[in-house]
Amino acid sequence: MKYETVIGLEIHAQLLTESKMFCSCSTRFGAKPNTNICPVCTGQPGVLPVVNKKAIELAIKSALALNCRIEHRSVFARKNYFYPDLPKNFQISQFELPLATKGYLDLKLNGGKKRIGITRVHLEEDAGKLVHKGAARIMGATESLVDYNRTGTPLMEIVSEPDLRSPQEAKLFMEALQHLLQFIGVCDAKMEEGSLRCDANISIRPAGQIKFGVKTEVKNMNSFKAVEKALLAEEKRHREVLTEGGTILQETRFFDDITDTTTGMRSKEYSHDYRYFPEPDLVPVMPGQNWIEGIKKGIGELPEHKSERFKKDLELSAADAEFLISSPALALFFEECLKLYPKAKILANWIMGDLTAYLNANNLTIEKVDLSPAALTDMLKEIDKGTISGKIAKTILTEMLKTGKTVKDIIKEQGLTQISDEGALLKIAEEVIKNNPKQVEEYKAGKHTLIMFLVGQVMKLSKGRAQPEAVQKLLREKLI
Amino acid sequence: MNTKTAHELHSLLAAKKVSSVELTESVFERIEKVEDRVRAYVTLTKEKALQAARKADEKVKKGETLSPLEGIPIALKDNLCTKGTLTTCSSKILANYIPPYNATIIEKLQKIGAVPTGKTNLDEFAMGSSTENSGFHPTHNPWDLNRVPGGSSGGSAAAVAADECILALGSDTGGSIRQPAAFCGVVGLKPTYGRVSRYGLVAFASSLDQIGPLTKDVTDCAILLNAISGHDPKDSTSADLPVPDHRKALVNDAKRFRLGLITELTGKGIDEQVVKAVREAARKLESLGAIVEEVSLPTFEYAVAAYYLIAPAEASSNLARYDGVKYGHRSQEGSDLINMYYNTRREGFGPEVKRRIMLGTYALSAGYYDAYYLKALKVRQLIKEDFDKAFQRFDVLLSPTAPSVSFKIGEKTADPLSMYLSDIATIPVNLAGLPAISLPCGFAEDLPIGLQLIGEAFAEEKLLQVAYTYEQNTEWHKRKPGL
Repeated sequence: MKYETVIGLEIHAQLLTESKMFCSCSTRFGAKPNTNICPVCTGQPGVLPVVNKKAIELAIKSALALNCRIEHRSVFARKNYFYPDLPKNFQISQFELPLATKGYLDLKLNGGKKRIGITRVHLEEDAGKLVHKGAARIMGATESLVDYNRTGTPLMEIVSEPDLRSPQEAKLFMEALQHLLQFIGVCDAKMEEGSLRCDANISIRPAGQIKFGVKTEVKNMNSFKAVEKALLAEEKRHREVLTEGGTILQETRFFDDITDTTTGMRSKEYSHDYRYFPEPDLVPVMPGQNWIEGIKKGIGELPEHKSERFKKDLELSAADAEFLISSPALALFFEECLKLYPKAKILANWIMGDLTAYLNANNLTIEKVDLSPAALTDMLKEIDKGTISGKIAKTILTEMLKTGKTVKDIIKEQGLTQISDEGALLKIAEEVIKNNPKQVEEYKAGKHTLIMFLVGQVMKLSKGRAQPEAVQKLLREKLI
Repeated sequence: MNTKTAHELHSLLAAKKVSSVELTESVFERIEKVEDRVRAYVTLTKEKALQAARKADEKVKKGETLSPLEGIPIALKDNLCTKGTLTTCSSKILANYIPPYNATIIEKLQKIGAVPTGKTNLDEFAMGSSTENSGFHPTHNPWDLNRVPGGSSGGSAAAVAADECILALGSDTGGSIRQPAAFCGVVGLKPTYGRVSRYGLVAFASSLDQIGPLTKDVTDCAILLNAISGHDPKDSTSADLPVPDHRKALVNDAKRFRLGLITELTGKGIDEQVVKAVREAARKLESLGAIVEEVSLPTFEYAVAAYYLIAPAEASSNLARYDGVKYGHRSQEGSDLINMYYNTRREGFGPEVKRRIMLGTYALSAGYYDAYYLKALKVRQLIKEDFDKAFQRFDVLLSPTAPSVSFKIGEKTADPLSMYLSDIATIPVNLAGLPAISLPCGFAEDLPIGLQLIGEAFAEEKLLQVAYTYEQNTEWHKRKPGL
């Protein structure tokens, strides 16, 4: 039988705030265990949470970028379950009334677009980290230690509609989401580091059937690749079970990255009645229209729109446009340059060519390198003026990136200006003619392509400081 | 000296007639003398008290003026977090717990130089009406040592009544300040929800808990209320409203005050002598110029039922953190996580706490949430509306604080329901988030009777004015137990 796969994702994104969701502890990653903690985030008796406004702002920003409706009143709720990484033994989350609902994210698929619905976006706090001795999980461990540094880090949960139809689509969705969250600056969105996490609900149904099949929830996918692999494995398992006439058990399954299989988790670990109820220590979140509008303005142009504009208004190719929006910093750099130097295609070529090659070779990103838009465009202007050749410019750009010097300084220091003095150029040309009698002879006999060889010789002798067009013109005149 | 009120002592300190150290010593002498019979305290902090007292005396010596509570010994209910001092909630599960931080009100009291005598006994986690549920020992009523002081702030109320402190702080979730104040013949006020920061008050039921004063008279009540009120950025539910000087409400004048005597709390189910005393108090106020009429609040009969769903539901979640992982008691039995949880909580919590955790867990469970928790919230809303309606006609409502005078130790421990009903008059006030005060209004067989005055949200001044007027024109508050 032909089956259709149905996937919905639950994504957790750590928000880039300085402090935690409900206290003023630092969210800095990599500190010594249990140093970024306080009475509030370790759940001491008597403490109370206070909402981090910045976290709400970033979540609203994300929700707006995901085309969601921002609810005028949302409520924090307690999700009750016992686990040692959760100091209060409840997580402050949102349940019945989330921050935002009813959005979507468009995927680029087979040359077209596929719209994936976003059910909701809400805020919650992260749990701590457990380290076990003697077993991989707490069950069976001989000793377990807990680090509360991460406890209370703001987490944004994004839930998609069951609109994804394959593991590949799920992976694409995660990549698109990562790009968006990074672009608007709300999240590092690195799956390997855990700042972006995802659980997936997957089911299959006979093609054409409307009713969903029984779903399983897959956890522990720590990379985009793992999302795809885990779902492929689970999809295969569903098919095999159903083909053999079996039934799928609704359960949570743990993905093993080494064996590429999923295994059911022990029901003792994962059968919960969370007993949600409104968090009585917090008041409802009621973002005013002005605040929301302000956040909206702060988002600026979303990558998708930017790419469209680059193609349409700047006449860049799709590949160029996609490349330039691949990071917000790069897009910004490009647009700042464009203000100073309006030839988009030339600019794009330099950024995507020599500049990117240098960045890649040195494992750098545009924001980490000492090159201002003015510096780059000054150099391009020097080429246009004919002060330097394109070839020399490549050397100069590398020098600029290494030293942070201006194009003018480098030209002056190294005497790299083009030889525009006719007399000096003539001298070199005459020397080349003299030293290459054979080629001169053949040229004169009608083998005109040899002019390029002679130009090359002049360029070589002038150490690239001659302007090739001028040299060619001069040689042609001399060899008539 | 220790029998005097804070405002009397403040004058004596300022006039250099006594020193704070002398006063503090006299309080600890009294404690030495009666504490083994009353057992109001869980922890005494004599060293810290003397330190604060010396500081106050230094100031007097230098000619600096003292703030109203500076150098005055105050007892603190043991569910208020005190940095460096045991805070047990009278629970075995926190028997060794020393908080790393101070409650906001403790910071406030330290700043104004109050003298902390110690931490007072309570029903474990403030769950109870007799202080018999303490995980350590019961507290005895100074008026009759065979009787309960009320609860859950029984330790604080008994300490004030027995002059083992000058004033005290308690907390009130369903009557835990007012009912013990009534049983011990002192003044107790539960402020409007949001008036006093809850940061550092160990939560029982977060949407109902409120810290408040237990004092020897209404004036001290106003002074202590001034000291603890106000917005706290650490408590999102604390009200960002200006705080009036409550002492300005201490005016001996009840004229034109419209008082509503609550029908439902002056009839069936209430002890006859209590009703009689409350009616006499109403007449007294009438004679002082107030207008008294009866008012019916028909939803009151559902209040206790709603409360025993909402409060345990919140408690079941609030008390989840006591698991042996981070602090407090950890069972030595069991070799895995689940058994550590089970055994720690089995050993650490007393029967009443367990009962309420189970009640609350049940009320929040899938399939029961709508029928119990949500329905209780609806009842809560109806009770609020009943109050709103009543306050269109009245400034202040009158009732007994408790349906009876203090009962015998052990009398109700086997019957939780009858114990729960001893809060029948106080619980609706918490559900509606309103302020209410209890003050002595008579005696039945030498046991004090409490009069409850209920006001609109943030109308503590009206309560204090009516209470002050009543107090100035009666003698009840001057009686002392014959310990």
